[in-house]
Amino acid sequence: MPNPYGYFPGCSLKGTGVAYEESLLALFQLLDLPLAELDDWNCCGATSYMCIDECSAFSLAARNLALAHKAGHRELLAPCSACYLVLRKTQDYAERYPGIAAHNGHLAICRAIRVRHPLEVLYTDLGPERIRKKLVRHWRGGRVACYYGCQMVRPYAEADRDCDPVRMDELLGAVGVPTVDYSLKTKCCGGSLTGTTHSVGLQLTEILLNEAARKGAQAIATVCPLCQYNLDAYQSEMRRASGKRPDMPILYFTQILGWALGGDLASLGFRRAISGRKTIEQWFTKDRVEKEAYVR
Amino acid sequence: MSDRNGAVRIGVYTCHCGANIAATVDVKALAEFAALLPNVVLSRDYKYMCSSPGQDLIRQDIRDHQLNRIVVASCSPHLHEHTFRTALKVGGLNPFYFHMVNIREQASWVHENKAQATRKAKDLVCAAVRRVAFHQPLERGRVAIHPDVLVVGGGIAGIHAALTLANAGKHVFLVEREATIGGHMAKFDKTFPTLDCAACILTPKMSAVRSHPNITLWTYSEVTKVDGYVGNYKVTVLRHPRYVDEDLCSGCLECLEACVCKQAKVPDDFNLGLSKRKPIYIPFPQAVPQVPVVDPETCIQFKSGKCKTTCIAACGDRHAINLRAEAKVEQIEVGTAILATGFQTFDARRTPYYGFGKYPNVYTALEVERLVNASGPTAGEVVLRDGRLPRTVGIVHCVGSRDENTHRWCSRVCCMYSLKLAHLIKERTGAEVFNFYIDMRTPGKGFEEFYQKLLNERVHFIRGRVAEVTDWVFDASEEGKLVIRVEDTLAGFVRRIPVDMVVLATGLEPRADAPEVRRLFNISCASEGFFLERHPKLAPVNTFTDGIFLAGCCQAPKDIPDTVAQAGAAAAEALALIDAGYVETEPNTAHVMEEQCCGCKTCISMCPYHAVSFIEDIHKSRVNEVLCKGCGTCVAACPSGAIRQNLFEDDEIFAEIEGVLSNA
Amino acid sequence: MPDDFEPRIVAFFCNWCTYLAADLAGTSRIKYLPNAEVVRVMCSGRVDVQFVLKAFAKGADGVLIGGCHPGDCHYQEGNYKALRRYRLLRRLLRQMGIEDERLRLEWISAAEGDRVRVVIDEMVATLKRLGPLRKAEEERAHLTEVA
Repeated sequence: MPNPYGYFPGCSLKGTGVAYEESLLALFQLLDLPLAELDDWNCCGATSYMCIDECSAFSLAARNLALAHKAGHRELLAPCSACYLVLRKTQDYAERYPGIAAHNGHLAICRAIRVRHPLEVLYTDLGPERIRKKLVRHWRGGRVACYYGCQMVRPYAEADRDCDPVRMDELLGAVGVPTVDYSLKTKCCGGSLTGTTHSVGLQLTEILLNEAARKGAQAIATVCPLCQYNLDAYQSEMRRASGKRPDMPILYFTQILGWALGGDLASLGFRRAISGRKTIEQWFTKDRVEKEAYVR
Repeated sequence: MSDRNGAVRIGVYTCHCGANIAATVDVKALAEFAALLPNVVLSRDYKYMCSSPGQDLIRQDIRDHQLNRIVVASCSPHLHEHTFRTALKVGGLNPFYFHMVNIREQASWVHENKAQATRKAKDLVCAAVRRVAFHQPLERGRVAIHPDVLVVGGGIAGIHAALTLANAGKHVFLVEREATIGGHMAKFDKTFPTLDCAACILTPKMSAVRSHPNITLWTYSEVTKVDGYVGNYKVTVLRHPRYVDEDLCSGCLECLEACVCKQAKVPDDFNLGLSKRKPIYIPFPQAVPQVPVVDPETCIQFKSGKCKTTCIAACGDRHAINLRAEAKVEQIEVGTAILATGFQTFDARRTPYYGFGKYPNVYTALEVERLVNASGPTAGEVVLRDGRLPRTVGIVHCVGSRDENTHRWCSRVCCMYSLKLAHLIKERTGAEVFNFYIDMRTPGKGFEEFYQKLLNERVHFIRGRVAEVTDWVFDASEEGKLVIRVEDTLAGFVRRIPVDMVVLATGLEPRADAPEVRRLFNISCASEGFFLERHPKLAPVNTFTDGIFLAGCCQAPKDIPDTVAQAGAAAAEALALIDAGYVETEPNTAHVMEEQCCGCKTCISMCPYHAVSFIEDIHKSRVNEVLCKGCGTCVAACPSGAIRQNLFEDDEIFAEIEGVLSNA
Repeated sequence: MPDDFEPRIVAFFCNWCTYLAADLAGTSRIKYLPNAEVVRVMCSGRVDVQFVLKAFAKGADGVLIGGCHPGDCHYQEGNYKALRRYRLLRRLLRQMGIEDERLRLEWISAAEGDRVRVVIDEMVATLKRLGPLRKAEEERAHLTEVA
């Protein structure tokens, strides 16, 4: 039994992004990759706090790294792209600007932990081949646009290439999912703008949805709970405003992989979806489909 | 040498170098300090020691004060050691009774605190004064220079250098890796700013090379080893087999027609993969030599042995095709070499956000050169891969140049060639052309006028570095096009320009094998990877290795006029050496004090030039002073201290160390 | 140690790479600390063990040897010989109680003007931390005999 990865869920995965946590835990269990949730973790501060008070924001984020270190973890998984970026940035700045570390003892031991994104963990530690070998259910769904969002790949192009990331496409491809050539795969979804300047945020998400549809995708796979929410929650508004009807399911890549590897349907969070519920039913949860889809 | 009483008499000269030294180092105090040092008879300071009056001072003082050692505290010995040694010689003193102290590049220019800089200068002068007392009179050896010249690289630089030397009566070996000479210039259609046809100005020179009695042209060949020393290089050249004998082939090209592969299937490198060729081919119609090449990777006879070899039949009784030919190794002796190995273009796949390799209608500038070329893959038509004529074209400047993520330098020619391509594309297709630039760099003769011409032709110029080329369409009007997204910095907003064709103005970079080539010739590469010149302003074609010169883009990106000028300069430098007839060797060679040598042979394996050999009958080592390059490694290694190095004796260096620390 | 302690460094720079790099630092007007004084040799392979010992004996707090990067030596392999010698010399110095950081071997190419600044400034900072190489008189005499 290998050492468990430290697991930092972040606030979103316990709230609007609960489908991400559910499917992530289910998937990692199927793959025998143990996760140990960090005890007493706190909010990472995300992008907002960094803009208000950098030093305090670093301290807030760094506390989690300190906790991970204390718990004996060498690696910390942060599925939410914003958490991932904030934790990684805190580490980087603590190393490059020793003055910050002087403020706060937590920051001094930042470097000992490796902050990782689950997409990169699956790709590097397992790889598409080994995932392909564990395939249980054949894909019966349509084409998927893999959407990486911006925070996972910029400025640290460690989880994947910054300009043209492909790892999600490769992992999904390994379980037989046809993906489309999606040029907007790293274009920002608007992030918090859907909350603060709603019309702008809406426009950005609409661009993403339209382009995915134009390229022939019937669903979008994401890695970030805020991207997923932005793309998922406002489609009905778009329907009203511009006369178009997207109704496109926005899934987490862990949900797709979890399904393909035979995960228990109830544990993959499909019921949390807002848009594209019919498509989801057709592709994933309908009985008839289930019976036909088994490989073994 | 010492005076009649055996005493050492040192003259110390402190240079102000205007304000370069004097503003930071207290030159007066330094001169006063030097005057009090042991054996110093005379100490002066002067504004510009390297000038004629400065040198005259030295000569005068040698005579008037019977000086037998000279120390000059000024700039780097790399600049003026030679100057002052000559001054000593003219003044009647052995030039090696001289030592130079660097108080400019390594003191006044790098330290801000005047007191500390002056203290350091004093230490260094003290070291020099102690050292120079140990100097011995040395003589430079003379080595005859072999009059033949090696030119590596047959592009316009190599061609021009070779012709210049050959016309001066010297024998030149021109070695070119490709099957034809001509280099990158052979791929161009027109050249800026005159829009001269590149082939028209290049091919006469190529023919001249072919027919010149003084030039031995070896194409499809490369230099694999360089031995020897300046004036006497022994070069090994590997000649790859073309499988067509150059002497027997008449250039009729019937074998190409006759090849059993009726359809050309192999990607044509000369056309950058935009067209195909047969296994037997000629790089381009005006290739020199006009002799085909057989590609063993794709020729059926090589792969299966079962070809009808119609090519051999078509050749008839000339019998020029020999599929059993083997590589040949030639050994030549030359005195000097000119490296003209050129550049390679930046690989646009390194900037994936511009879509090269992803979108078929994104081209590199060199590919478009082939398109506009009448003998190119589309017979001079600028058409997209699907045969359509483009209606809008975007030319993206600075791809792989002026960029922290790829290359920081400016590639110098791209603005001009982008203007040229804009003109040619507009002329051939009538398309609307956009150039996306950061700055317009048009410094040469006629260049700014050419830019004005383009402005008058209604080519659009948008100032902004292109962010990306994408197929994401915003609305129906962009459907089927590529969209260039750029911030128009003069207008102040982000723009989307939908185009049919994108041309990437890729920059110039050093060739991938530059590190290997430079090791062959024992020169250095600069930090960007181009070959290092001896001095960027005053010696741009020389290297730090005597007898090896540089010409063209292998030294730095430049256009054709500058390349030709530099090639001429390199040829002139080579000629200067050859016509002098000899080169003087540095005297800092090693020699064995035989009575101290115990025959342990430690030194033998130390020398990479095999300059140290063991004389069995006396059981001692001996250094061949002609082969010795003067590194001093054997000197330091000898356990008995039996090997000594002229000009870098242990005593001399100990004296320097003690001098430097005399105030510690 | 006194606040005004200024370490003395003797630097043996090879003519083709490191010395040129120092000249480049000069032409680029890069500023660095004045504690190092250069003794020019043609190749780092010329640096005799005795030079280093003499330098320490005569009052140097640190010795810096600068040569071309491995594979780039103007004389092919001299820098490799310097490296081997340096490793053995380090052991000898350790036995004499001279700290490792006082002898430094650096590869600096002719294009790396700024690296000269970095190395010298770093070495000065290290030596300031270590303090002067104060040896008892008899040890100093012993070193002089050996050199």
